[in-house]
Amino acid sequence: MTDLTVNANHAAEHDDEEHHDYAGDAMFGFWIYIMSDCMLFATLFASYAVLSSSFAGGLTPLDLFDLKFVFVETALLLFSSFTFGMAMLMAKKQDIKKLMLWLGITFLLGGGFLGMELYEFYHFSHEGATPQTSAYWSAFYALLATHGLHVFIGMLWMIILVVHILKNGLTEVNNTRLWCLSLFWHFLDIIWICVFSIVYLFGVMQ
Amino acid sequence: MASKHTVITDPDPIFGKLTFDSVPFYDPIILTTFLVTVMIGVAVVGSVLYYGKLKYIWDEWITSVDHKKIGIMYIIAALIMLIRGFSDALLMRSHQAIALADKEGTGYLPPEHYDQIFTAHGVIMIFFVAMPLIVGLMNIVVPLQIGARDVAFPFLNSLGFWLFAVGAMLVNTSLFLGEFAATGWLAYPPLSGIEYSPWVGVDYWLWALQISGIGTLISGINFFVTIMRMRTKGMTLMKMPVFTWTALCANVLIILVFPILTVTITLLTLDRYIDTNFFTNELGGNQMMYVNLIWAWGHPEVYILILPAFGVFSEVVATFSRKRLFGYTSLVWATACIMFLSCIVWLHHFFTMGAGASVNAFFGIATMVISVPTGVKLFNWLFTMYKGKVRFDSPMWWTASFFFVFTIGGVTGVMLAIPAADFVFHNSLFLVAHFHNVIIGGSLFGYFAGITYWFPKATGFKLDERLGKWACGLWTVGFFFAFMPLYALGFMGMTRRLNYYDNPVWNAMLLLAAAGAIIILMGIMVQFYQIFASIRDRDKNRDLTGDPWDGRTLEWSISSPPPFYNFAKLPVVNDRDQFYDEKQNGTAYQQPEKYKKIHMPKNTWAGVVIGCISFVFGFAMIWHIWWMAIASFLGMAVSYIIYTFTKESEHYYVPVEEVEALESAHYQRLKEHKNQVDTLAV
Repeated sequence: MTDLTVNANHAAEHDDEEHHDYAGDAMFGFWIYIMSDCMLFATLFASYAVLSSSFAGGLTPLDLFDLKFVFVETALLLFSSFTFGMAMLMAKKQDIKKLMLWLGITFLLGGGFLGMELYEFYHFSHEGATPQTSAYWSAFYALLATHGLHVFIGMLWMIILVVHILKNGLTEVNNTRLWCLSLFWHFLDIIWICVFSIVYLFGVMQ
Repeated sequence: MASKHTVITDPDPIFGKLTFDSVPFYDPIILTTFLVTVMIGVAVVGSVLYYGKLKYIWDEWITSVDHKKIGIMYIIAALIMLIRGFSDALLMRSHQAIALADKEGTGYLPPEHYDQIFTAHGVIMIFFVAMPLIVGLMNIVVPLQIGARDVAFPFLNSLGFWLFAVGAMLVNTSLFLGEFAATGWLAYPPLSGIEYSPWVGVDYWLWALQISGIGTLISGINFFVTIMRMRTKGMTLMKMPVFTWTALCANVLIILVFPILTVTITLLTLDRYIDTNFFTNELGGNQMMYVNLIWAWGHPEVYILILPAFGVFSEVVATFSRKRLFGYTSLVWATACIMFLSCIVWLHHFFTMGAGASVNAFFGIATMVISVPTGVKLFNWLFTMYKGKVRFDSPMWWTASFFFVFTIGGVTGVMLAIPAADFVFHNSLFLVAHFHNVIIGGSLFGYFAGITYWFPKATGFKLDERLGKWACGLWTVGFFFAFMPLYALGFMGMTRRLNYYDNPVWNAMLLLAAAGAIIILMGIMVQFYQIFASIRDRDKNRDLTGDPWDGRTLEWSISSPPPFYNFAKLPVVNDRDQFYDEKQNGTAYQQPEKYKKIHMPKNTWAGVVIGCISFVFGFAMIWHIWWMAIASFLGMAVSYIIYTFTKESEHYYVPVEEVEALESAHYQRLKEHKNQVDTLAV
């Protein structure tokens, strides 16, 4: 992906007769968006940390967390980052068929992750830990659901992008979109690693 | 406004919480305002249709992605909202002037109405006046200063504007339908929670801020990328004009802290809509967390408001002193230091919360440290003026007034930064006087200076100078009358947001403050008349050269108003004051031999359509009309997806002939103007 890496100094090089580097603008802009999204998650993590022992005498993570379940969930998402990487390699080779295949696998893995997360929410709620139960569970659901919503948007984006690619092929615009989506997807992985460490691992340590 | 409503606990499936009672028929003040607003609205729309201008407005303004036009729309919207925000200020000042409980009753505003007024005043002035004035100025000026033809993401620019406009419209809707928050401008829970604010006021606050906040975040990213990647050849970071530098720092702050606002508002929304317990009184909720989060956004926000104003003063002082800016490097570093420090001082808004001596000491010292780079800036400006040939045109009047007013505000700010002293000042009118002192004297005067300075660039003619100086004088005098008494009242123990009081000693000061507000009103009226008179007499004040003030930076090297592509040939920069240098060397105004076709973005319907649907969405969420919320949310998503399918044909080429015609006309005007000047000189 090095050839697609953003070069912030590029601005000084362009001239009128040259085609302006719109793809570079978009990628740099998307990085900046990711940074602001980082702040969004940082705020949610901070809120979670502040409320991490506000159980109000109710259920605690120790009562409910099942690390084995979360491990499988985590594996699905991490593996989907690998498959997205494969998709990017196929895009570089202009192999649209294999690109679709790897994107499809990524989509299924993302779907599997979301399914497991929703099942977990359902299970916890059933056991009596709903977003309304205590401040801790409010923060728990807010953080995880925000991440889950991002994954959902990523999957929706995948579908739309596939339509775009089938319609116009791997044009510069579509390549840029693919690059941004891949950045988004890997970013969600990193956020999930933080969720896994801070929410689940610290949760069962208490 | 909502004293007689009934709280609906079980919303109707079709109309949600909306009923016939939601319209405040019982209040003659609101009803009259409503009728007048409707009549003005009908008159405006009617005349647009009557004169057949609908297509013009749609093509040239509403769907435009031209940064200069979007900038003008931001500023017009801000000035309209200024009328609303200032009306609230007048209501408060006149109410408090007669609200002495044991004399003539308790003023004329019932508490629940008064509380909504002070909330709306704060929200409107910060979010819907100050913010659009900055974003508007950045839109007009930044691409011109860096020698760019547009911003990095023209569609996002349009979308950002419409989301902001929707936020403003939601606040105004609350006046006529339901109520606005009665919680103070930052809506602290538990007061803003569902238990104590059960109707729709806080929901209006939540959704207006959420939607316009997302618009601001989008603009922040857009301008950051524009400044980082679209500077013309040779313009290194340390050759950027100072206004662009301050805009860059403000945008960094927007990108860093607006997500915090988004999350904080969302958590409060969840508390109110699905009974979570982030900030509630029971089940582990933590209201202090809300106060921390909102100020972690809120303090950098005030620096977002003031940094670009500092940038304006830097441009104005250098231009009107006819000297290079003194200490450019130190000014840039001072800006960067303030940007950093502004993120580690938020706790000074609540020293009294009880965070402990060490925490308070840290935040107190960090706050005082900010006054060092700010002081550096003041000396930069003063030394720029020193031995300069200073011209006192009206932008310079605002600047000179700023030196005095802002310095007083800075000094009282340092007083507030001392935690022990803050226990006395906290929540008093001393604080109210302080922040008006810096926001009016610092930010607002800066925007007024900027609007006066760049007005000829954006429109092609100057604002009336004499009226501009009158406006500045009235604002300055009015400011001192309106706010100096509040400092005294703070020392006398008067707390903020009082609906009535029983201490007769305060009354005289409050009468003085009301008189000050009336002087400011005269200043605002002169400003509106100034705009009207300048448009009427525009032929007298035409800017034929594009350089009315003997400017120094690139925006003055092109015609006023600039052609839609800004620069026919992208300039090359060797110096900070590039254009001034060219004028000195005699290399300015050289027409290139041949032109090239120019790649420009097309107009787009998507910004305004998504914006309008977001209004429906916000409205539906406020009134709990779930079917409409779902439908409009899907509408936004689908509109955006449809828009992505037009992306491949987003740009077009401006043909060489068109560029040539526009440019030659400008050079012809320049020649005629030069001949005229030469004849006069002979």
